[in-house]
Amino acid sequence: MTRFDEELMHLKEMVLKMGAMVESSINDSVRSLVERDDTLANTVIERDHQINTLDVQIDEECIRLIALMQPMAGDLRFITTTMKITTDLERMGDQAVNIAERALELNKEPILKPYIDIPHMSRIAQGMTRDALDAFVRRDKKLAMDVIMRDDEVDDLKYGIFEELISFMVRDPNTVSRAMRVTFVAQYLERIADHATNIAEMVIYLAAGKIIRHMALPEESE
Amino acid sequence: MTGQIEIEAKNLNFYYAVNIHALKQVSLSAYKHNVTALIGPSGCGKTTLLRCFNRMHDLYPKNRYEGEIIFQGTNILSNDIDIINLRSRIGMVFQKPTPFPMTIFDNIAYGLRLKGIKNRSELSGKVEKAIKDAALWDEVKDKLNVSAYELSGGQQQRLVIARALAVEPEVLLFDEPTSALDPISTAKIEELIVQLKSKVTIIIVTHNMQQAARISDWTGFMMLGELIEFDKTDKIFTAPSEKLTEDYITGRFG
Repeated sequence: MTRFDEELMHLKEMVLKMGAMVESSINDSVRSLVERDDTLANTVIERDHQINTLDVQIDEECIRLIALMQPMAGDLRFITTTMKITTDLERMGDQAVNIAERALELNKEPILKPYIDIPHMSRIAQGMTRDALDAFVRRDKKLAMDVIMRDDEVDDLKYGIFEELISFMVRDPNTVSRAMRVTFVAQYLERIADHATNIAEMVIYLAAGKIIRHMALPEESE
Repeated sequence: MTGQIEIEAKNLNFYYAVNIHALKQVSLSAYKHNVTALIGPSGCGKTTLLRCFNRMHDLYPKNRYEGEIIFQGTNILSNDIDIINLRSRIGMVFQKPTPFPMTIFDNIAYGLRLKGIKNRSELSGKVEKAIKDAALWDEVKDKLNVSAYELSGGQQQRLVIARALAVEPEVLLFDEPTSALDPISTAKIEELIVQLKSKVTIIIVTHNMQQAARISDWTGFMMLGELIEFDKTDKIFTAPSEKLTEDYITGRFG
C-alpha cells in the first residue's frame, strides 16, 4: 500500500467515525423524545460540537490531499465525494439537534399521543444513512440506488403525520403548540432522509463517474 | 466524437529494425485544431507513434510500417509521399531544444529559404510573425542577429517552435517539449501550445500527466505498444473506462 493509499484509508475512517456519530445522534434524539429523556437530548446537543469539528478536519484533510497529491480519476472522485458527503452528514447532525431541542420542549408537557410513526420514520432514515455510508465504503452503486428509492417512503410517512396532527389541532386548539413541535420533528426526519439520499447520489458518482443529482428519476444503472 | 479529423492512424503496426513489434493495431484520430496528448509508461510506444506521424522512422531503413495514417485524405505511409514536404506540413519539436548553430533570424529563416523564399522583406515579415506566434518576440526582437545559443533553454524551445511555425505547418508534433525546462518556462510553453491550436493541430507526448490534463482536449493512454484508451481529456482524468488507465494515472501501476 502506498503512502497515499494510507492517507485515503485514514480519510475514509474519519468519514465513518463522523457517520457513526451522526447515526447515534439521530437515534438518541428520537429516543429522547419517545422516552422523554432530557439527559439524552442534551447528549445529542453536546455531541454536535464533535461532529462539527470532524467536519472541518475532514475538509482540511481533503484540501491538503488535493494540493499535495494531485489526485486523479477514482482518487479524485473519492476526495471530492468525501467533501460533499461530510457537508450532508454535518447537516444531519444539526437536524438531530433540532429534534433534541423539540424533545426538551415537548418533554415539559403532557404527551400528546404515543409516538408510532416518528420512530418508524427514524428507523428508515437511520437505515438509509447507514446503507448510504456502507455503499460509500464499498463503492456499491446498487445499494446506493436502493437508498435513493427508500426516500419516498419517508416522504409519505411525513405527510401522514402532518394530516394526523392537523386533525388534532382542528379538534382541539390546546394541542397546537405540541402538535406543531411534533410536525417539526417529522420535517427534520424527512430532511435527514434527504441528506442520506444526497450521500447515495454522490456514491453513484464515486462508483460510476456520473452525476445523477437533479435528474427526474434514477435510471436503472448499467 | 465531434470535430473534423486532421490525421488518423488506422490499424497501425510498427516494427523497429527487423521485428521488434513496437505498435500494435493502433487506431487513433487527432482532431483539427485540438490538442491530443499521448501518455503511458516508458516504452509504451507513445513516442514511436508520434514519430510515425511525420515518418521520422524512415531515417533508419529497416524500420517498417503496416496499416495507414490518413492525413487530409492521403495515406502518408505510401511510398510516393514526398517526405520533405510532409515534414514541413507536420512539424516536430523535441525534448531538448535543437537550435541550429546560427543566428536567431537564420534559424527561423532556414526553412523558408529551403522553400525558395529569397525576398528580404518577405523573409523578415515571416520570421517576425513566426517569432511572435511563438510568444518570443518581445524577448529577442533587439537581438535577431545573435547566436541562438545565447538564449535560455525555455527561449530556445520557443525558438524551435517558431522555426517549425515559420513554414506554416498544419500539424505540430511535440515530444516531451518541457521535460528539460524549469516550471516557469514550462508554463510558457504550455500556454503557447494552447494558443497555437487556433492555427495548428497538436499531438503531444508527455510524461507529465498534469500537463496532459492541463493542455489537451483528447488523451490517449498507451501500454506495451497498444492504445488502451482514447477519450476526452476530462473523462480520462476524472472517470476513465479502463482499469489499466485508472491504475496508471492514479500511480498504482503494476
